[in-house]
Amino acid sequence: MKSLRMLLLFFLLSVGAVYSCSNDAPESGVVLQRGLPTDPESLDPHKARSTQAAEVLRDLGEGLLAYSPTGELVPAAAEHWEVSADGLNYTFRLRAEARWSNGDPVTAEHFVFGLRRLVTPATGAFYANMLAAVVNAPEIVSGKVSPEMLGVEAPDAQTLIIRLARPTPYLLSLLTHPSTFPLPPSLVEKHGDGFARPGKLLSNGAYVLKAWVPGSVLALRRNEHYWNNAQTALDGVNYHVVVQDAAELNRYRAGELHVTSTVPPDNFAELKTQFGTELHVARYLGIYYYGFNLSRPPFKDNPELRQALSMAVDREQLAAKVTGRGEAPAFSWVPPGVASYEPTLLSFALLSRDERETLARRLYKEAGYSEARPLRIELRYNTSDTNKKIAVAIQSMWREVLGVQTTLINEEFQVLLANMRDAEVTQVFRSSWMGDYNDAYTFLSVLQAGSAANMPRYANDEYESLLQRAANQLDAGRRRLYLEEAERVMLADHPVIPLYFYVSKHLVSPMVGGWGDNVLDYHYSQHLSLSATE
Amino acid sequence: MLRYTLLRVLGAIPTLLLVIVLAFLMVHAAPGGPFDDERALPADVEANIARAYHLDEPLPKQLMRYLAGLVRGDLGPSYRYRDYTVSELIGAAFPLSLQLGAMAMLLAVVVGVSAGTVAALKQDTYLDRLVMALSLTGISIPVFVFAPVLVLLLAVKLQWLPAGWSSTTGASRLLLPVVTLALPQIAYIARLTRASMIDVLSRDFIRTARAQGLGTATVVRLHALKPAMLPVLSYMGPAIAAILTGSVVVEEIFGIPGLGQFFVRGALNRDYTLVLGIVVFYATLIVSLNLIVDVLYGAIDPRVRYR
Repeated sequence: MKSLRMLLLFFLLSVGAVYSCSNDAPESGVVLQRGLPTDPESLDPHKARSTQAAEVLRDLGEGLLAYSPTGELVPAAAEHWEVSADGLNYTFRLRAEARWSNGDPVTAEHFVFGLRRLVTPATGAFYANMLAAVVNAPEIVSGKVSPEMLGVEAPDAQTLIIRLARPTPYLLSLLTHPSTFPLPPSLVEKHGDGFARPGKLLSNGAYVLKAWVPGSVLALRRNEHYWNNAQTALDGVNYHVVVQDAAELNRYRAGELHVTSTVPPDNFAELKTQFGTELHVARYLGIYYYGFNLSRPPFKDNPELRQALSMAVDREQLAAKVTGRGEAPAFSWVPPGVASYEPTLLSFALLSRDERETLARRLYKEAGYSEARPLRIELRYNTSDTNKKIAVAIQSMWREVLGVQTTLINEEFQVLLANMRDAEVTQVFRSSWMGDYNDAYTFLSVLQAGSAANMPRYANDEYESLLQRAANQLDAGRRRLYLEEAERVMLADHPVIPLYFYVSKHLVSPMVGGWGDNVLDYHYSQHLSLSATE
Repeated sequence: MLRYTLLRVLGAIPTLLLVIVLAFLMVHAAPGGPFDDERALPADVEANIARAYHLDEPLPKQLMRYLAGLVRGDLGPSYRYRDYTVSELIGAAFPLSLQLGAMAMLLAVVVGVSAGTVAALKQDTYLDRLVMALSLTGISIPVFVFAPVLVLLLAVKLQWLPAGWSSTTGASRLLLPVVTLALPQIAYIARLTRASMIDVLSRDFIRTARAQGLGTATVVRLHALKPAMLPVLSYMGPAIAAILTGSVVVEEIFGIPGLGQFFVRGALNRDYTLVLGIVVFYATLIVSLNLIVDVLYGAIDPRVRYR
């Protein structure tokens, strides 16, 4: 019975392995259980990229500024600041009582080191261009100048000066981003690039990284040395990596999660009835759109045709019936809710559905198409149930209203990206854009001629000059007018079909306090609390 | 015996090398790269990143660099989990997948062989038909159907077991994943055992044993089980490998950070080093498992050795 003995041995080994494996943090104190859709790529603020990495980083670190639960800019590591009259010099006064998690004080030098490392080419930071307006930043990124030439200085331990090459009215909101967080040079000297691990990483934020099991869970615990530790209610946060949103919903229902990162798209109405106020749906800085490939026929130099296709889409129907999760139909490029900005609407936004369709048919005919000679195009989208539903809906809208024959092509995400960037085979493609910061420019800059995110390959001189004028404008009111005018010019060209604006959706347990819905979907754990547990 | 084993081992090395080179080429042939995203990067930044990760070098040079690392035992850094090396990720994920796989396999063998034996002994009775019907169901219903159903029932409604891997540290979180993983294998092994047992039970030496007055249980235990297990043993090699790879769905549903999960995520993220590392690992594992089965055969059946 050799095989039986071997199997028995196998079994004993595995049972032994089970009980010897202890990879979780101790569960003392009040710990919030949050869901996260995937692992952060890195907890090195310069190697991180995704929104979920930023979410965890905001709990571990702190920048000069931060956001309140309702989405207002508030001082964080910086106590107060002054801006020079020409808008080119920012002087920050840092908090004297700010500390790292090992007790060392947080000094201006740490910010200088962090920002220099951000722009150093060898770091390979994804957000290296976050502070592109800072003196010498673009030159350092392209390798022409050494990082010491960056326009940031620390005249003393508590003062940080940032010098800009051009006025950037939204600079303060950029300084909330994790890529601008400070780093102590000693950390990188001691651990090299592998410092973002439990036991090594230092935090100047509310929490410390206690444990990280890639693919499973990140355990954060209170940073006793945080300057505002007295105001932090939660003793810890566990971020559970749950890839499938259906599985995340199950865990929420089972009481294992207090906050989910999203909600499954199906049965939304049912979830709403079932969970009521636990379901938080809020406007989000993101747009879902279809782009035209403007570098090739049939959409090259053909604004009438583009307008016809854009008008033939019934966005209200789409948002209400096809996606049905509280998304807002998009008639502008910049989402509503962006700070100090009123989005410009598409010219046909106020027409009735019949009027739009009539006009669309007329434009279609003027472009040279008819029932006898219909437009045949390809619509590409990346694999997802939602994308498919929307594509099918729009395909039928175009067919009914205009008689367009659309072929739907479903591609894997990376394949679609490659195709969009090459702009050889694409005609109409699905894409989206999430804002990096709370200002209209993060959306308008996408369609600038030099932007790598400009998938439609839109190029318009008037648009560029308006954006340029806005960039140099110190007066906020004037700047806003330039930006709104730029949006109007761009929308009139119809390089894209805005479809809907994203919403953030979370299930938040009634035990959680301090949750604020905001357009950036930032929910710092230090603002949250957990009432009586089960 | 030694010569037999040695020959088998030497034959494995070129196989592995071929697998690695092919995998490397295939992974790089897929459109898109590890750092592509709709949040497209400015040209300078992209160039810096490519340089930092050696992605700007010509493909043969990258391959040589990778092979040189392999020889040193260095599987490289993960492009997606940038704070971890591939060795660390595999090192953490493999024991977990192994645990689950081993326990599932054990469960499958014990339950499957028992069920198959019972079915064979009670051939053509209701019990036999029941076992066979259940096993057909187990093979037919995909894992991603009955796993969520089990979770919904046992974890959400009844709250007897945790719904997610990271929600607790106790052994109870193993139960559902192991059972889910084992079910299709129980089904296969039951059917396999039944067929094999029926065949063995009809042989002369069994009739002799019965004629000598031995009871059914003794006959099965002492004389029938071992020869009947041969087909099951052959199935074990591929079965174990299939459990390890097929556990992807189970790992995803329960949120278990096992190798299967990392493999699929790696492919979707174009995480070249992680995917290659796991391919090297799996290839080595499968080749070794087949080697072990070969050697076992040689040990059990002397005729094989002298071929």
